[in-house]
Amino acid sequence: MSPVLAQASGGIRWSWIGDNLDDIWEATVEHLWLTGIAMVVGFAIAMVLSVLAIRYRRLYGPITATTGVIFTIPSFALFFVLAPFTGLTVLTAEIGLVLYTLLVLVRNTVAGLDGVPEDVKEAARGMGYTRNRLFLEIELPLALPVIIAGLRIATVTTVGLVTITALITFGGLGRFILDGLQQNLFVPKLVVGAVGPTVLALVLDGALLLVQRALTPWSRRAAA
Amino acid sequence: MVAPGGRLMDAIVETFRWLTDAASWTGPRGVLARSLEHLWISLVPLASAMAVAIPAGVLAGHHRRGQAVGAAISNLGRAVPSLALLVFGLLLSVRVLGLGFSFWPIVFTLFFLALQPLFTNSYTAVREADPALLEAARGQGLSERDVLLAVELPVASPVILTAVRITAVQVVATAPLGALAAGGGLGRFIIDGFGQKDDGQMLGGVVLVAVFALLVEFAITRLERRVVPGPLQGRTDAAAVVATGRAN
Repeated sequence: MSPVLAQASGGIRWSWIGDNLDDIWEATVEHLWLTGIAMVVGFAIAMVLSVLAIRYRRLYGPITATTGVIFTIPSFALFFVLAPFTGLTVLTAEIGLVLYTLLVLVRNTVAGLDGVPEDVKEAARGMGYTRNRLFLEIELPLALPVIIAGLRIATVTTVGLVTITALITFGGLGRFILDGLQQNLFVPKLVVGAVGPTVLALVLDGALLLVQRALTPWSRRAAA
Repeated sequence: MVAPGGRLMDAIVETFRWLTDAASWTGPRGVLARSLEHLWISLVPLASAMAVAIPAGVLAGHHRRGQAVGAAISNLGRAVPSLALLVFGLLLSVRVLGLGFSFWPIVFTLFFLALQPLFTNSYTAVREADPALLEAARGQGLSERDVLLAVELPVASPVILTAVRITAVQVVATAPLGALAAGGGLGRFIIDGFGQKDDGQMLGGVVLVAVFALLVEFAITRLERRVVPGPLQGRTDAAAVVATGRAN
């Protein structure tokens, strides 16, 4: 576990990157899977919690307080805490990743749904919309920019946290960071492990922005 | 197979035993010494980042310039994983500056980590000061310098201080990462406990880090009440958190 601390000498073997594109690609795909699963599960749980928080106002405080406390736990500590119970498995990684998405997703979803103007809802009710139809066809679309803003923040965070799951095996591109640390600061691996996820996060962030613009053409200026 | 309930009890008992053992607390590797290290490796980068990022953000906000640069810093700052920041901190300290392991890598890491939320929130806080307020101040003949110091800064102070608090908690909670680069602080217990399969020590370390973060939060909240002008108190949190949102 502890990195070898001797200082390496000599030039940097950048050719390592070109020689190992297959491995890097494989790790990138794993990184995307770990991120994707966490986002889908986290979003599903967050939607349930948000709807509960809106129907039953009393729950909002406790929900955000709990998810807020989770947010302040250092992630690698959380993965280590879970490890004795769920082992060094994908499950451990995903439980941690999902928990970290919840705060941002719930807060933004509730804020988005709250922001739907009362007179719009009133008009819809007057037109005979049922509660469910009102939610699906009026409230959800109008809240979408703020919800997607939350998804963007959560996605960027998750891509970063996946690197840390390398400590409990897996970790996508983060694995290269730990390898690089253990091999006398082998720079090419460290750079791939550090720059790769950053690029991934920026690309996914941009992609979600495009999705949001496509889905809500009426609002070019979303709350970030 | 042991029942999960039994495991949980074991873990709690072991953690409690480690935390209440006097030997865990004393000596150069004890909790007291490690807490002081933790404070030091958090305070140095936080103070330096505040000295750089807050004036930069305030000035950029006052001149309403650098919106694109500010947005880029904010996006990029959030996108770089904390483990990647540790890599940059390590390479900068060991390879570029020759300052070695243990202290400087984590200090550089936490410095980089703190820049983005401090800059973004200072910038936003100043820029979003009520235009009517600024017009009134200028109409009364205040110089630009006075507008900045006597109007914009006090109005922005709640958001800036909230950003300082949130950033401080982030820094304190990320500092344990330094243990991966042979650093000191409370992270040692977590990493060493994990490495030695000593659950009591590892979980004890997690508890200590959490308590440390809560104490920092509490202390700065107290400070906020003293520094922020009365009528402006308790008006921010959500906005600053949204602009910062990042787990470590």
